[in-house]
Amino acid sequence: MEIPISYYLLLSGILFTIGVVGVLTRRNAIVVFMSIELMLNAVNLTLVAFSKQFNSLDGQIFVFFVMVVAAAEVAVGLALIVAIFRLKQTVSIDKINIMKW
Amino acid sequence: MSFNLFAISPIIALALTGFLVIGLSLVFSRISKSMLLIISLLGLAASAYFSLSLWNENALAFGGMVRADNFSLVFNVIFLIGAALSMMLAFSQHEGGYLLYAEFFAITAFATVGMMLMVASSNLLVIFLGLETLSISLYILVGIKRTEEKSLEAAFKYFLLGAFASGFLLYGIAFIYGSTGSLDLQEVANFISGTSIKDNPLMILGGLLIIVGLGFKVAMFPFHMWAPDVYQGAPTPITAFMSTGSKAAGFAAMLRVLFSTTDGTVSDWVTVLWVISVLTMFFGNIVALVQKNIKRMLAYSSIAHAGYILIGIVSWNQAGASSVVFYLLSYTFMNIGAFGVIAFLSTKEKEFIELEDFKGLGFQKPVIAIVMAIFMFSLAGLPPTAGFIGKFYLFSAAVKAGQIPLVILGVVNSMISVYYYLSVVVAMFMKQSDQKWPATGLISAVSLSLLLATAGTLGLGLFPSYWIEIFQKIVVSMI
Repeated sequence: MEIPISYYLLLSGILFTIGVVGVLTRRNAIVVFMSIELMLNAVNLTLVAFSKQFNSLDGQIFVFFVMVVAAAEVAVGLALIVAIFRLKQTVSIDKINIMKW
Repeated sequence: MSFNLFAISPIIALALTGFLVIGLSLVFSRISKSMLLIISLLGLAASAYFSLSLWNENALAFGGMVRADNFSLVFNVIFLIGAALSMMLAFSQHEGGYLLYAEFFAITAFATVGMMLMVASSNLLVIFLGLETLSISLYILVGIKRTEEKSLEAAFKYFLLGAFASGFLLYGIAFIYGSTGSLDLQEVANFISGTSIKDNPLMILGGLLIIVGLGFKVAMFPFHMWAPDVYQGAPTPITAFMSTGSKAAGFAAMLRVLFSTTDGTVSDWVTVLWVISVLTMFFGNIVALVQKNIKRMLAYSSIAHAGYILIGIVSWNQAGASSVVFYLLSYTFMNIGAFGVIAFLSTKEKEFIELEDFKGLGFQKPVIAIVMAIFMFSLAGLPPTAGFIGKFYLFSAAVKAGQIPLVILGVVNSMISVYYYLSVVVAMFMKQSDQKWPATGLISAVSLSLLLATAGTLGLGLFPSYWIEIFQKIVVSMI
């Protein structure tokens, strides 16, 4: 039985929302970062679903690029988090806040 | 499908320069800092040469995904100017110690590659790739001083918010793909012109999400939160680079996406951008009024400038688009110049970034104070500087488009902004202080960069018509 595309879209919408809520509410930098990855993967799911619907490869190729970019972002992001942890012994977003208006 | 590497020769030249600089510093570990600068500048010049030799060619590469039309070539030159001036600023006494390694030059070149990809793309995939190349390079550059808390904190905030925003951009692209079946801007445009966009909520949502993603890069109002902290925390030459380059790239991509896919009849976009423009201008200018730190003040002013530039997009005509290009070029000169003065004055121990620090500068060092005053006048939009002409063209384009209320709000905002720009000038020339500025070397890359920025700001202000004509020609193809 064919699963209709709206199911995929609904699932990816839910995943994306979980990611956004995670970014906005969690205080640990690593968890925030994981939530961002969840958002990106929700987008990947959307792209693959559309790609299948249109019978075109564009969306699937795009997913590869998103994965590559996400990997590069992880490399830089984790390096930054490690550097901050070495300096401050914490990765809590509330404590990384010396600049304010 | 042909690859046609010639069409992306500016990008290739720049990427190779980056690798060359890193490679050289690995092989010759004692290579001098000025040597690195000279090699990088030669690479930038080569890239500019290739950009100009592609002029009027309208070359396509990778099956039309990358488009080297005159619009993207002009922006290439703007980015290269920004990168070159910022690289020279890195020779300031304050930053030189930790910035002047191969990594800085290489990553700046890679960031510029990302900007070029963004403006040269006629495909949403390439826009995303360019934006991420730019962003990831900038995360590294902002946090390059990894022993200093402020720099790291800025990089960290920029990284988290930037990745968050690119998630939205991606989701927007996915929706556009889902509603049109293509990632190619031309095909998206064909699809849109054949249907009524109002019946297609997926596409409206996609468009809005793309505006969020690009709006983050240019520091538009609801997506500006990162700008003040990042501008303040990043090393000054890098602040200069990112404030001008990524803004120019973001606006260029926005122009490309909006103008090539929709026509002005879709007035809903115009309304959305109208509101954002007004909010951005007011927010930036009003918060800038109370800033005491000049870097932070310039960050809020940069938010306000995003609002002014949006006026040009909202006018949605040829004059509007070309005035956006002109303004971004002027902004590159005057903003890098303003940060350059900070880099010029700062010594190893102390960075002169508070308004207090500038008190009485005009009496002790009149020349540098006058240079700073020129940049402040230009940012405030007073004649005879580039900032004045740029704003004049932006506003007159909006008048042509019948956006009179927007122009009035823009002028009101300009007047608000005069207060905080002139407070720097007042501090320099009308307040006394016992502060002694240490002697700074006159003949250095930093002063050369300042000289060029001053020449650009005044030159564009005094002789704008030639450039305006060119810019009007290059945007014709897009509208």
